Amino acid sequence: MFDLERWQEIFDTIRKNKLRTFLTGLSVASGIFILVILLGFGQGMRNGIENEFKQDASTSVWVWPGVTTKEYKGLNPGRRIQLVNDNFDMANTMFKSDIEYGSPRIFVRGVNVNYGKEALVYGVQGVGADFQFIENAGMIEGRFINYTDEVSTAKVAIIGNKIKKDVFKKVDSPIGEFIDISGIPFKVIGVFKEMEDREEERIYIPITTSQKAFNGGNKLNNMSFTLPPAENFDQAVAQAVNFKNGVKSYLQQAHIVAPDDTGAIEVWSAMEEAKRFYGLTNSIKIFFWFVGVCTIIAGVVGVSNIMMIVVKERTREIGIRKALGAKPWSIVGMILHEAIFVTAISGFGGLIFSMALLELVGPHVEVDYIMNPSVNFNAAFSTVIVLILAGTLAGFVPAWRAAKVKVIESLRDE
Amino acid sequence: MIEIKDLHKSYRMGSNSLHVLKGINFKVEEGELVAIMGSSGSGKSTLLNILGMLDGADSGDYILDNVPIKNLSETKAAQYRNKFLGFIFQSFNLINYKSAAENVALPLYYQKVPRKERQEKALQYLERVGLKPWADHLPSELSGGQKQRVAIARAMAAEPKVLLADEPTGALDSKTSYEVMDLIQKINDEGNTILIVTHEEDIAHMCKRIVHLKDGVIVEDKKIEQVRAEQYV
Repeated sequence: MFDLERWQEIFDTIRKNKLRTFLTGLSVASGIFILVILLGFGQGMRNGIENEFKQDASTSVWVWPGVTTKEYKGLNPGRRIQLVNDNFDMANTMFKSDIEYGSPRIFVRGVNVNYGKEALVYGVQGVGADFQFIENAGMIEGRFINYTDEVSTAKVAIIGNKIKKDVFKKVDSPIGEFIDISGIPFKVIGVFKEMEDREEERIYIPITTSQKAFNGGNKLNNMSFTLPPAENFDQAVAQAVNFKNGVKSYLQQAHIVAPDDTGAIEVWSAMEEAKRFYGLTNSIKIFFWFVGVCTIIAGVVGVSNIMMIVVKERTREIGIRKALGAKPWSIVGMILHEAIFVTAISGFGGLIFSMALLELVGPHVEVDYIMNPSVNFNAAFSTVIVLILAGTLAGFVPAWRAAKVKVIESLRDE
Repeated sequence: MIEIKDLHKSYRMGSNSLHVLKGINFKVEEGELVAIMGSSGSGKSTLLNILGMLDGADSGDYILDNVPIKNLSETKAAQYRNKFLGFIFQSFNLINYKSAAENVALPLYYQKVPRKERQEKALQYLERVGLKPWADHLPSELSGGQKQRVAIARAMAAEPKVLLADEPTGALDSKTSYEVMDLIQKINDEGNTILIVTHEEDIAHMCKRIVHLKDGVIVEDKKIEQVRAEQYV
């Protein structure tokens, strides 16, 4: 490796066989380029899918009522269950230590919303102060509903960013503007942002206000909670399942529903969903590893193929060198030395080029399910090393065979 | 210098065995210029390959400069080739991407001669074959005769004990052939031992001794009056 004479001989060969060296280098570099881009997009896809699932707080649990499907304690099936304020308060008290945030919700129906003379066709929902954390709604302007609003049944509204963009084009900020909900003026105090446009088409008002102003009584449409973060994933799942079963069992008793009636009280926990999703990303990870390994194998095959062609092309030269007194090992050494040098230089060239491309273009990729394609430098680096080593190993065979060929035979090769 | 005793060689062709050399005995003294003649299939090329350690014999002895050449490993054979032998081929066998000087310097590379010294020596030998001005030319820029002269310079550069030439004039016209033979004769005049395989009578008669091979045995071995090539140049 550190034989200066050998280096000079190799540089001579490279300098005088520019095209061959260039083509060899190009195929190695493009192989690595493709591999890195592929791995990058694999990562991008994982990022994208993770992002799609990240919209709501990952520990959230949602509870909504349905219709009973079983006869129980003399009550007929087909009875519609209605959640009430007491249910929420009771759940909050019972599971106080398990809950991080909790909020009831009402879908306010049969109201007309107007801004000035413009009629707005957005859904109005009554929610609690904690709802912001459950929905993972980011505040762009102003603030969310707070406890004071709830207690004082304040006539305030929080609007989604899309509503701001669609309706409040003419004013600098919608904060302080009034919207009219069935004749009652509500002051806009905040603008929130969500991952999806659909979720930004909502107007939130305090739950108490919605019950009082729009004949809601003490009825609720659903309830949602988040659980405090757990130490690890499995614990978080266990915690979620535990809470889910507790709430369900309490509500079934409160509404006289058979314990095995699946339709009457429905509880959905994001954590359980997440478990499935983690399974999915794992499969994706495995898939991309598989693709990556296949690409590496293809790269190795490619490199050894090139090596074989190079050796074949040099058969005569090898014969001449041997006739002049080159030992077999010096032939093998010469070919491998050159191969490793060219592969390494072009391999890292391809690596740097593809990483630079990912760095530059990656953050600008905006396609569903693909986000910020990037590649772990260490992984890419070791891939290049593997490729060089494997290519060398693969190149050793033809080199060794060439060195072993009888001089007369290689000189006969025209 | 060279001593061969009862040399046998056969080639296996599938199930048949082809007996090419059937007991060759001959001696070459230092400073001789020997032509090995014979029609194709007479075994002359096989004999040269064995003498050049490019191929092994089945039985018999081969002693080169008091060193028995037998059962050599590839590495050992390479060493001996480098030290004892210089090759001149019919098709020149220059490395096409190396300049004339670099081709001449190549055997010295395998003798581990430092680069500077190699270059100096290469130029020196090119000068001896009259091609110093063409030192930086690639083989493709040289004529056939020039290529063969570069090949001769290369064979000489390693300062071998014996020069082995396989049809050195086979690919050249007669005028160039005589030029090359003139060069070979002059090298021989300096005391170098040279063996030439040829099937051309006039080339053979420019040597000092002719060995005739037929069907794997020596049928004639005679010293002759050397015809100088100079007069035809």
